[in-house]
Amino acid sequence: MEEKLTLFKNRKRFGIEKNIDIIFKNTALVLSSFVAIILLGIILVVFFQSFESFSRYGLKFLVTSEWNPVKDEYGAFTAIYGTLVTSFLSLLITIPLGVGTAIFITEDFVPKVFREIIGSFVELLAAIPSVVLGLWAIFVMEPFFRTFFVFLHNIFGWIPLFSTEPTGRNSFLAILILVVMLLPIVTSIARDTLNQVPKKLRNAAYGIGASRWKTIFSVILPAALSGIMAGVLLALGRAMGETMAVTMIIGNSNAFSWSLLSPGYTISSMLANQFGEADGSQVSSLFYAAFVLMILSLVVNIFAQWLVKKFSLKY
Amino acid sequence: MNSLYYQKRLSRNIGDKFFTSLSVICALIAILPLIFLVTYILIKGGSQITPELFTLEPNPPGDDLDAGGINPALIGTLIITTIASFIAIPVGVGGGIYLAEYSKGGAFSRFIRFGVNVLAGVPSIIAGVFIYALIVSTKILFGSMYSGLAGGMALSILMLPSVIKTTDEGLKLVPNELRYASLGVGASMYTTILKVTLPSAFRSIATGVVLGIARAAGETAPLIFTALFSYYYITGFGDLFYEMGSLAVLIYNFALEPYDAQNGLAWAASFILVLSILSVNILSRILAAFTEKTKRI
Repeated sequence: MEEKLTLFKNRKRFGIEKNIDIIFKNTALVLSSFVAIILLGIILVVFFQSFESFSRYGLKFLVTSEWNPVKDEYGAFTAIYGTLVTSFLSLLITIPLGVGTAIFITEDFVPKVFREIIGSFVELLAAIPSVVLGLWAIFVMEPFFRTFFVFLHNIFGWIPLFSTEPTGRNSFLAILILVVMLLPIVTSIARDTLNQVPKKLRNAAYGIGASRWKTIFSVILPAALSGIMAGVLLALGRAMGETMAVTMIIGNSNAFSWSLLSPGYTISSMLANQFGEADGSQVSSLFYAAFVLMILSLVVNIFAQWLVKKFSLKY
Repeated sequence: MNSLYYQKRLSRNIGDKFFTSLSVICALIAILPLIFLVTYILIKGGSQITPELFTLEPNPPGDDLDAGGINPALIGTLIITTIASFIAIPVGVGGGIYLAEYSKGGAFSRFIRFGVNVLAGVPSIIAGVFIYALIVSTKILFGSMYSGLAGGMALSILMLPSVIKTTDEGLKLVPNELRYASLGVGASMYTTILKVTLPSAFRSIATGVVLGIARAAGETAPLIFTALFSYYYITGFGDLFYEMGSLAVLIYNFALEPYDAQNGLAWAASFILVLSILSVNILSRILAAFTEKTKRI
């Protein structure tokens, strides 16, 4: 009887422990909202810093390519064009390469051990810092591809894309190094989605007599399309924001040229090059360019997430 | 009768062969860059490794044949990533705990998870631009402009999403029975989290966090105008408030120098960076494969 009483007396927690519980929960809440605060902070800070340039040049900033700190004339067209061209063209190369690799890893052409090794090789490629890729691009890739570029210019020089004499660093090399960086992203996401396609679909296709590649093209790939698209969009966002390797190999020239064999510029390489030494209205213009870059990558990223949510439950 | 045998000449079989070899070629092209890159770095960077490399300051670029060492950059990278970890790990693990343990899938947690994914997609140079505007240009840190501290903060922004994600996902894998058992014997929520769920998710969280740190150690873009670069030894606590070198920025700066000696230092720094990042990655893979095997038994 005595024992029971003391038990019931203590059935409530001490006030201190209750308070600790509440404090712990609220601390976790505050810490988790840091993400939102930082994200909003980034958007607001970059927007307000670019305000001066925005009010002076307006949308003209996006379509003129004059960048002259002496005359205080700024337009980011060359950089915006370079960002879009390098990221889209690199994706154009990466998509077939990455999806092809993912198909190779998910089909049973070779024993599983080899496929796993190849898969982890591709994923390890993603761990290489981009500045190291840039170093490699300068000293290995550029000399290696030089004769190829000269050849390209001699044969296809009449096409505007290859119309300049190759002289060293250029946009084409930036596209190639971007392919190396995007390949792991596209491959691993495509592989994961291909693995998620139910076995039933494949067996049904085989059952009615479809060949292996007929099955892949008509059944497996369409079923995995949304996931692959989301991976491609994530890669696109990454390509547009990629800084170091591109900055080191693109040649950094603000002179506009249609040619891929001439030095170019991207928004992020412009930021990397000029931010440290800029002052006055140049800083504001750089913030404006940063704002454009951020909006581009935000739109692409949000669209990718929407796509994942919308289509992920199909099978 | 004939149709029961495999016919090589059939167009569908030729097509199959063609596409199969195409995908083999894709896979071969995909692994070539890593093989070339790693062998080149091992040969070119490995040949530069000397004991002096780890103890000397880099000499300023010039016709000077001796490039010196990378001691300040090596220490700087350690310091900057440590600062970033000290900011990102508590915030990230705390945020992940809230998402996995407290939130009940409401609008707030959906918004935060969305924010985590968006923040993960923000270009790394934007993090540098943000810290530049917030800390470097305002001189808010005791009047210092470019500093190792600012660099660490910029890196922490990049680490944060990955830490939250690994914590959130690691905690979600902990079976609910453990939570029920703990709450059932009368433990409060925070005791349950700190003593039961967090320890049982520890290994997966730790792996994710270590991979995040390795990733951050190679990031350059956020550092080039927050921490800048320095040629001089880091001697004391006060140096946190001044320009600080890092391996990544050293590679960037010295790769663009026209002198062989400086290029050599860039290769040596790449060697150290790539070797440590790859070994962390491979180790975590082996560890993950090992735990999976033991779990199956």
